[in-house]
Amino acid sequence: MADDAIRADGAYGGPGDVSEERRLLVRLGILAVALTAWVLLYRRLSPLTCGLICVPLGPKEASRLVSALWFFAYEVPKVLMLLALVVFGVGVIRTFFTPQRTRAMLAGRRQAVGNVLAAGLGVATPFCSCSAVPLFIGFVEAGVPLGVTLSFLIAAPMVNEVALVLLLGLVGWEVAAIYLGAGLALAIIAGWIIGRLRMERYVEEWVYEIQMGEQETDSHSMTWSRRIDEGVVALREIVGRVWLYVVIGIAVGAGIHGYVPEDAMTRIMGADAWWTVPAAVIVGVPMYSNAAGIVPVVEALLGKGAALGTVLAFMMSVIALSLPEAIILRKVLKPRLIALFLGIVAAGIVAVGFLFNAIMS
Amino acid sequence: MKVQILGMGCPKCKQLAANAEAAIEGGGVDAEIEKIDKLPEIMQFGVMVTPALAIDGEVKAAGKVLSAAEIRGILEGE
Repeated sequence: MADDAIRADGAYGGPGDVSEERRLLVRLGILAVALTAWVLLYRRLSPLTCGLICVPLGPKEASRLVSALWFFAYEVPKVLMLLALVVFGVGVIRTFFTPQRTRAMLAGRRQAVGNVLAAGLGVATPFCSCSAVPLFIGFVEAGVPLGVTLSFLIAAPMVNEVALVLLLGLVGWEVAAIYLGAGLALAIIAGWIIGRLRMERYVEEWVYEIQMGEQETDSHSMTWSRRIDEGVVALREIVGRVWLYVVIGIAVGAGIHGYVPEDAMTRIMGADAWWTVPAAVIVGVPMYSNAAGIVPVVEALLGKGAALGTVLAFMMSVIALSLPEAIILRKVLKPRLIALFLGIVAAGIVAVGFLFNAIMS
Repeated sequence: MKVQILGMGCPKCKQLAANAEAAIEGGGVDAEIEKIDKLPEIMQFGVMVTPALAIDGEVKAAGKVLSAAEIRGILEGE
């Protein structure tokens, strides 16, 4: 594959190239085999795990230890497989969304429509947190309104594909959908409010003085074989980075499953005590963990009687709001705007927590 | 030829610089590496996501860590 990749990248061969056709066929072939193997293995996972655990140690219900081991041995491969599939798919989809294109779509948009679009694009456009500052400057310079830019920057970490997969695999699609909807709504509304408050003068002056160059976007000419390669790159990078957190998170979750009594969490994280939601956010903001480690713990807490809204608020504040990010953004936003930004997002997360505690109880 | 690495010192930027060095050494290409780590200069390239790689002022890739083999392919295409 290495030789092919060099030629593909070096020549930037466009569609219609004969060797591109061959490259694409090879990749589609490999993809078809890999997907078939994935489906077969995924469907046999439960009996296979049982062969490893139940047969030598007795049935699931035999003891706490067996129950915890079974949970661990089944959930780890299941979640890693789901993660690999989704991260690959997202990696391919993201080749269609370069920051340049996203910016062009958002430039000059009005509030409201712009915020909705920005939140959606924030989820789809690939970038790492170290690029938050240049992205912010690039957007503002191109005439993307401040509030719309912030909707983009809030949605990107808030709606995290790894968190979404883990919720889907461990907790269920309903909670995953609630997380997705609440995250998008929060990014849209928080950006809209900041836009309405006309905070432009609280952006550092030097941002407006930067001379921004033009860069040609190359995503139009990207071939399908390259898009598939990019999906594989994303898969290797993200799964390589988070797999250990998944394993540790599920191990902690397995421990809680096996050993913590059923209703232990009802009192401390239950829906009855209203103060648990703000408390969860206050504890969660300074904590910075990635989604991969936190979701298995969240799942275990839910199983022990913790209220959905409280747990959701805790998870969102850990994933989406972090001190390192605030410090990075401080370079371009004056303290008042930073404080407002953190305040509105934190208040939004508390509101989400109250809302779901009220609905579910 | 000048190979320019755009980034403000994040781990991925360092990885890209190391890969570029390996590509130049391994390919026996006559090129030197220039690290551009000031944000205003990076923005002049029109780049919004780091790390990015440019050759003689022309951006070849942004927002990803190219492998040494990929960089060699780009160098040979010049």
